Amino acid sequence: MRYIPNSPEERDEMLKVVGLNSADELFRSIPQDVRLNRQLNVTEPLAEPEVIGAMDKLAEKNTASRKTSFLGAGAYSHYSPTVVDHLIQRSEFFTSYTPYQPELTQGTLQYIFEFQTLVCQLTGMDVANASMYDGSTAMAEAFLMAQRVTRRDKVVIAETVHPEYLAVAKTYTQHGDLKIETVHFDKESGRTLADDLNKLDDKTAALVIQSPNFFGCVEDLKSLAEKAHHVGALLIVVVTEAISFGLLKSPGACDADIVVAEGQSFGVPLSYGGPYVGLFACKEKYVRNMPGRLAGIAYDQKGNRGFVLTLATREQHIRREKATSNICTNQGLIALAATIYMETMGRRGLQEVAMQNAQKAAYAARRISEIEGFSLPFSAPRFNEFVVRAPQSAEEILSKLSADKNIIGGLALSRYYDDNPNDFLVCVTELNSKEQIDNFVEGLKTVG
Amino acid sequence: MSIKKVTSHPTQNEELIFDRSQIGRVGYRLPKLDVEETNLDEILPAELRRDDDLEGVPEVSEVDVIRHFTRMSTWNYSIDLGMYPLGSCTMKYNSRLNEKVARIAGFANLHPLAPEREAQGALELIYNLQEDLAEITGLPGVSLQPAAGAHGEMTGVMLIRAFLDKRDGEKSKERRVMLIPDSAHGTNPASAHLAGFTVKTIRSTDEGLTDMEHLKTLCGEGGIAGLMLTNPNTVGLFETNIQQICDEIHQAGGLVYMDGANMNALVGVARPGDFGVDVIHLNLHKTFSTPHGGGGPGSGPCCCTAELEPFLPTPRVVKDAENYRLDFNRPESIGRVKAFFGNFGMMVRALAYIQTHGAEGLREATEAAVLNARYVGHHLTESYDKPFESDSMHEVIFSHKKQSRKGVHTLDIAKRLIDYGFHPMTIYFPLIVEGAMLIEPTESVGRADLDAFIDAMKSIAAEAVETPELVIGAPHTTRIGRLDEATAARKPVLRWKPDMEATAKSA
Amino acid sequence: MANIQENLHYSKDHEWVEVNGDVATIGITDYAQHALGDVVYVELPTVGDTLESHEAFGSVESVKAVSEIFTPIAGEVVEVNDGLNDTPEAVNSDPYGAAWMIKIKMKNQGEADAMLSAAEYEEYLSANG
Repeated sequence: MRYIPNSPEERDEMLKVVGLNSADELFRSIPQDVRLNRQLNVTEPLAEPEVIGAMDKLAEKNTASRKTSFLGAGAYSHYSPTVVDHLIQRSEFFTSYTPYQPELTQGTLQYIFEFQTLVCQLTGMDVANASMYDGSTAMAEAFLMAQRVTRRDKVVIAETVHPEYLAVAKTYTQHGDLKIETVHFDKESGRTLADDLNKLDDKTAALVIQSPNFFGCVEDLKSLAEKAHHVGALLIVVVTEAISFGLLKSPGACDADIVVAEGQSFGVPLSYGGPYVGLFACKEKYVRNMPGRLAGIAYDQKGNRGFVLTLATREQHIRREKATSNICTNQGLIALAATIYMETMGRRGLQEVAMQNAQKAAYAARRISEIEGFSLPFSAPRFNEFVVRAPQSAEEILSKLSADKNIIGGLALSRYYDDNPNDFLVCVTELNSKEQIDNFVEGLKTVG
Repeated sequence: MSIKKVTSHPTQNEELIFDRSQIGRVGYRLPKLDVEETNLDEILPAELRRDDDLEGVPEVSEVDVIRHFTRMSTWNYSIDLGMYPLGSCTMKYNSRLNEKVARIAGFANLHPLAPEREAQGALELIYNLQEDLAEITGLPGVSLQPAAGAHGEMTGVMLIRAFLDKRDGEKSKERRVMLIPDSAHGTNPASAHLAGFTVKTIRSTDEGLTDMEHLKTLCGEGGIAGLMLTNPNTVGLFETNIQQICDEIHQAGGLVYMDGANMNALVGVARPGDFGVDVIHLNLHKTFSTPHGGGGPGSGPCCCTAELEPFLPTPRVVKDAENYRLDFNRPESIGRVKAFFGNFGMMVRALAYIQTHGAEGLREATEAAVLNARYVGHHLTESYDKPFESDSMHEVIFSHKKQSRKGVHTLDIAKRLIDYGFHPMTIYFPLIVEGAMLIEPTESVGRADLDAFIDAMKSIAAEAVETPELVIGAPHTTRIGRLDEATAARKPVLRWKPDMEATAKSA
Repeated sequence: MANIQENLHYSKDHEWVEVNGDVATIGITDYAQHALGDVVYVELPTVGDTLESHEAFGSVESVKAVSEIFTPIAGEVVEVNDGLNDTPEAVNSDPYGAAWMIKIKMKNQGEADAMLSAAEYEEYLSANG
């Protein structure tokens, strides 16, 4: 086995040194009757070209990966500067571990500190942690945090939050005291239905709003924050499309208390759903109730500035069952990718890419709405996603479009919702050229 | 003895990116906008748009970015640089081949909501890995959805909860006690808490194993939902009584969850399913070598008995004749634990690891990992207190007992090891050994490097006697010394601001 | 050897109590602060909370440990030492003075009399410390 340095001779000598005659004797403490007395039934060892060949063959079957795509809904195709993937493959980053020993991990600690800062700047919040697994689990953790902060046991969540995020939150909270109530959306605007916010009361820990919401509609966060705060609840803002931070008013500027976001758009490949990176930020006064790792500034005896993991007493290895979360780590390498992305794009790049997304989506939306029989059911302002109502089953249209035109035209909302089987969600990013959009429109005309 | 000491580390100074930033620098270029522009106010009214012009976000060139991160990287220790003996963390070699295949466009560019018929390769890969992990653990139900070890743990205990709720109905309420050894990872009680269990702690014996008498007493108190056990346990010993332990729990009406953090000591040698475990999580980033990446991403598959399979997270990846599909029709499932299907990129790497090793290679890796730990244990017994006599598996534990009399503690030994060019071992864990030093070489270290490590440890033991102040003041070779963590925690500065240093220093 | 002040009452959980009329002032002992190490954060209740004897009323955090603090005395919290928010290190430097934690209006007069005296606490420490 080429990953194991010792030769068979060296191995035999070492066995002798520790007083054993065979490798089998290494396992003396395992009772005979629970040992596996056969070889595992997995493949024979494959050589490098064989592994690559087998993987290529599997990848080949993922036909969707080669087509023009207008899929979004929580995972987005964006341009990632070449330096991102190059830098995260440096040995020093990808083969190191959690920075337990600050003297040997300043590289990691410094980028975490920069990551935390950038997340604060984009979300408009005071503090951000070193990241969570992804947006969905970050949201579930935010629920638990709001419960701790307010000591209240009800969360009111907009129906327009990503359905898979809501499902994850339900799993996380099913055995606690937290109740989840949903608020309907307005069928005209696609935004949270203001009349339904009477579900907010003095038992409510948080109001949870996604913006842009699952249908792509930008919510009026400011007035929602006021309504939440009026009953003493927190406002949790969920963002699945992080590119929107470059253009939309930040949740912090709208007085959100906790912001959670999926950071995949920041230079992270789609990779069939993961690994991604969850962003988690909040107001300063709640920092001790935050889940996850935090890096902070510290000085050595000579006054040199460095970074350490800090406020560790919130965490499971110290507080055990009373910890703010069971999370043990962060999403290190993916947070690094996001950091490199944010810094490479920089102030102007983050603005320009957001603007291009909004412009291209606006163009596509207008063109699609002009097709006979197609309409846009929601009137609210949008960023880079929007719902299209087709004259027939969305699923059929999309499957024909893929078969005939090699275009993945979006997501049929029937995957998550029973009503309106003709609706589908379209996402347009800076990677979709005008030509692709025009072909999409022409395609819809012929299959629709 | 030929001890190689590090004489200097690369110490190129590198400021925070915010200090490097210069107005007007750019590090990107996008293609020109090729669609007719819409008036921005028509797209988004001004009150919904940012008005801070992203002030404070850095403006740097591509060269700045490359230098910035390359310099910072040199301040990190890494597996590629040398032995990284963090016990329980399994810092084994991260194959470049695995990185290459995870980046194949057909995987990297595949959207998780792509139609199933157009993502057959990804589903097949998930299915194949599920099959392999089922074979390796002897537990047939596998979900790859959990994103990390602690996440797989939470999933595992929730399966137990769901099973008990179904089996016992209303009476399940009386069964809420999760037994956890005093040597367990802190994530265990935290995960049990999320599933609504209360924790009772089982003592360890002087031999470092689960105290059977105490276990029986606790089972006798009733209300047992289950046991969370790491095996080999966190002091590196195989729980020899594992079958009796499992029997005891099963007789008490509970289920056994195994923390699979140390599964790398068992692959190809013994299977948890065969010794009575009901559910286990694996760490693909430990046993199956997916990169730790400075602290993530991980992947924490959950494997369980057929009995528990109906409760696994939804959706499941299943095979119908020749096609693979997502099965959402899982009425008894605990639900989703993560959006989409888990950390797919890590699954690609783990499968490549299994394929590269094959059955014989997997067993060989296990043997090499255990032999390496045994070898270190053998050579350090005289210099350091080894609290447990028994044969260690893949990791070996020592304490500072012999050195602490001279005022040299585990932390000092760890820091001094840095001067010898090694990353320290895991320290002060598990809590049952005072001043614990948990050493896990993994199979990725050859004899010469092990000898160098052993020599360094022996040399530090000698220094602790002759020149203790040298050890207590370590490290001496790094770009920064020991940091004042107390001040950092009293006045936390967690983000850059122009006046940040003033705040931090005023603390 | 831990500093023990003569005129105070002590608990086996290492809290001290000073009684003035019907108000009891509570803090943690020099032994406790020493065992904890550098204190970085103190979490205290709010004025108006009512506490039972032996109830946890807050916690003290060092860099790598957190300990709950229990009140030996039942009653209503009438004052908390907000100064500890800014200077938690006072718990280390002046545990019996600047680092008092809460003042309680006692429910049961004389409850403190059942606690350990300075001499008894010293004996307790040498037996268990």
